[in-house]
Amino acid sequence: MIEFSTWDILRNLLLATRWTILLSLVSFVGGGAVGLLLLFLRISKRKAARAFAKYYIELFQGTPLLMQLFLAFFGLGLFGVDVPAWLAAGMALVLWTASFLAEIWRGCVESIARGQWEASASLGMGRLQQMRYVILPQALKIAVPPTVGFSVQVVKGTALTSIIGFVELSKAGTVVTNATFQPFTVYGLVALIYFALCWPLSKSSQILERKLNVAHRNH
Amino acid sequence: MSLIEITEIRKSYGTNEVLKGINLDVEPGEVIAIIGKSGSGKSTLLRCINGLETITQGSISVAGAQLIDDELHLKALRLKVGMIFQQFNLFPHLTAGGNVMLSQTVVKKTAKAEAEAVARKMLDRVGLGHKFDAYPDELSGGQQQRVAIARALAMQPIALLCDEITSALDPELVAEVLAVVRELAAEGMTLLMVTHEMRFARDVCSRVVFMHQGRVHEIGPPEEVFANPKTPELQQFLGVH
Repeated sequence: MIEFSTWDILRNLLLATRWTILLSLVSFVGGGAVGLLLLFLRISKRKAARAFAKYYIELFQGTPLLMQLFLAFFGLGLFGVDVPAWLAAGMALVLWTASFLAEIWRGCVESIARGQWEASASLGMGRLQQMRYVILPQALKIAVPPTVGFSVQVVKGTALTSIIGFVELSKAGTVVTNATFQPFTVYGLVALIYFALCWPLSKSSQILERKLNVAHRNH
Repeated sequence: MSLIEITEIRKSYGTNEVLKGINLDVEPGEVIAIIGKSGSGKSTLLRCINGLETITQGSISVAGAQLIDDELHLKALRLKVGMIFQQFNLFPHLTAGGNVMLSQTVVKKTAKAEAEAVARKMLDRVGLGHKFDAYPDELSGGQQQRVAIARALAMQPIALLCDEITSALDPELVAEVLAVVRELAAEGMTLLMVTHEMRFARDVCSRVVFMHQGRVHEIGPPEEVFANPKTPELQQFLGVH
């Protein structure tokens, strides 16, 4: 039997960590873009747009991410569409992330005083201009801590994609365990790596929160 | 033709009718004070004029711009009437100068240098030229309200709506804001103001509108309205018996 040093194990896990990071980034950036679109729909003046965004958000928040991954991977396969694991994983995570970010941001936008909308409307601004120049700059500051905080969930959420065969950190952990028969060492390291990714995010969220709250200034 | 024509407007929230058929024509340069108890519909009336509230019936036009509830018509209307609020509603993330410049650059597409020149001029006009770079939370209430006035003026409106603009101010700060309004009136600006400053209304306004239960209950020049209130409601409101 081949002996594996701890370094061998760690090296392989770190290589797979690249995919976890990449998938997290894609989910977060893609989810942010889709989430912004959903946000605009969610607070639109059109009833149909609002309803669409509302049901979308309810659907994706109300079902387990795991089911969404299964449906993206196997479901589309039923229609003869061959979806590679990385695509299904990326897609499901983007859509899932978007539903949460849209709702987080909606809360931030709605926390801006009504007078800000009224004042900017009275000056002749259209809805998009109000959002772009008055509401979002203020909402953004409120949104930073919860958004960064949610990014931790995204990183951990990528672990689920191992189920559909995408080789990221968790999947690599399973593979390496099967080869080395050292589950405690391997999963211990896997957990440590996740922690190393998530802890700075949580911490920065806390720091940002404190910074933005204590100052309590809007500029 | 009057500058502002308000014809038979009605406004309901559900089954609660807050404006019950209001008619009011305002001539250019007139200063109108709208007085009345809270809940009499005076703020609602003001907010209907620039479309912040949608009217259920009737029509409003300002210098030929009809109040129609779509973005294009509302914008045209709102370029003609500015509004100043009780709570100032300055944009807290922008400096005083930035507040006055924003709508010029965004709505009118004025070049930045020109917008800045206008902003400095308008801030000077309300006595705050030196506060160009101050953020709203560094200003007193009275100063914030004067910045709000400068912000509205920068759009060169032909009329201004003032919604209880001194009600959120400490008594000592009221005078500085009213002084600015008085000056605007003297320069011929058309003003519609909901106010509790009776003395100011008496001194500056050309007509006083007393609203009661969603209707214009009494209207006339201030000497008449204040000295000879005809209806018992106005007598009670003014505290004369």
